[in-house]
Amino acid sequence: MSGHDHGDDGVSRRKVLECMTWAGTGVLWTVTGGVPRSLGIIDSAQAATAAAPGMTFLQISDSHVGFDKPANPNALGTLEEAVNKINAMPAKPSFMIHTGDITHLSKAAEFDNADRIISQSKLDVHYVPGEHDFLDEEVKFYRERYGRGTKGQGWYSFDAGGVHFIGLVNVVDLKAGGLGNLGAEQLAWLEDDLRGKSQSTPIVLFAHIPLWTVYPEWGWGTEDGGRALEYVKGFGSVTVLNGHIHQVMQKVEGNVTFHTARSTAFPQPAPGAAPSPGPMKVEDAKLRSMLGVASVNFKQNEQRLAIIDTPLQG
Amino acid sequence: MKTLNRRDFGVAVIAAMLLPATTARAADDMEVHIDNFVFQPAELKIKTGTTVTWTNRDDIPHTVVSAGKFRSKTMDTDDKFSFTFTNAGDYKYFCSLHPHMTGMIKVE
Repeated sequence: MSGHDHGDDGVSRRKVLECMTWAGTGVLWTVTGGVPRSLGIIDSAQAATAAAPGMTFLQISDSHVGFDKPANPNALGTLEEAVNKINAMPAKPSFMIHTGDITHLSKAAEFDNADRIISQSKLDVHYVPGEHDFLDEEVKFYRERYGRGTKGQGWYSFDAGGVHFIGLVNVVDLKAGGLGNLGAEQLAWLEDDLRGKSQSTPIVLFAHIPLWTVYPEWGWGTEDGGRALEYVKGFGSVTVLNGHIHQVMQKVEGNVTFHTARSTAFPQPAPGAAPSPGPMKVEDAKLRSMLGVASVNFKQNEQRLAIIDTPLQG
Repeated sequence: MKTLNRRDFGVAVIAAMLLPATTARAADDMEVHIDNFVFQPAELKIKTGTTVTWTNRDDIPHTVVSAGKFRSKTMDTDDKFSFTFTNAGDYKYFCSLHPHMTGMIKVE
């Protein structure tokens, strides 16, 4: 990856897409007019971000606190490593989003432990739930902690650094045989939330399950995700950030960039590469190269947005 | 012994001791295993009165839900859920966490 041109037109889109999907280490991506370009490997990318003005925020996902199976017996420990990594970043991010599956089994102690570690970043954190966060009998622990001020099952929007952020919930009321689900109430709210927004406003949509269809055979997609994407179609810059699949995957359609973040807990196999999407046991030495966080940089004047995926190691 | 949830195990053991062995477990009780995000067997034909026990053998929690009929708690690895079918009919069910996982119990 180190051979990539840092200039204007050095890399073809095809090459970029290849890199996006298969890069073992972090790559910095910028988006201009909807087409992403690689700016180089992680170290130079971080340096570029550190030197760049504009807003940087972090995405963390799928911490699965409480998970203790062979794929990673200490998910709390690797979450702490991720937070240490965040604290060591050269430029302090403005805030963090967590795209769900904070806990593994929605136990109060798991939420407490997750909060104890994540709060060490001393960043504001905007959460959306994963299906693993709604497993307690009364479905109250997530809402008590993170649901205040949200609508419906926990959706909301906010503005930061000139970007409009929308947190969506697609893990509730799932239908037999189906995928993730937003539902009519949430879609109506989304349409209303976007009404009157200037089309030059950069939009970031974030939710747990991918809003695009990654692999329906494993449930990796959102039944009515296309409806949400219809509403943002007219905007010049749309970034969709998801988790759930525990690996980096990216695609671009028009002005919309789709990106999934690594988990901090355990990797999952590439689509169809294993009998099931369950936790993937890899060599101990390799695990931390498959876990990590993403940082996203937005520069207002240049209207470009860059995503850096940083593994815990390697 | 119809129920093997960890929480209920002690109760089940005591119940089994109090009952004659022949009624502690009906001969035709059935099992469904969850392996690799799949219910096996995906379709089961049983007679009324049969108890079906699901066991989650994945490293990820699952549920067993049949709308309006039965709903398990979240089953972590090796947890079980049992339901006794007293009425004939087709019972479609799925995992509410991973809805692409579906199964069917046909009771006659």
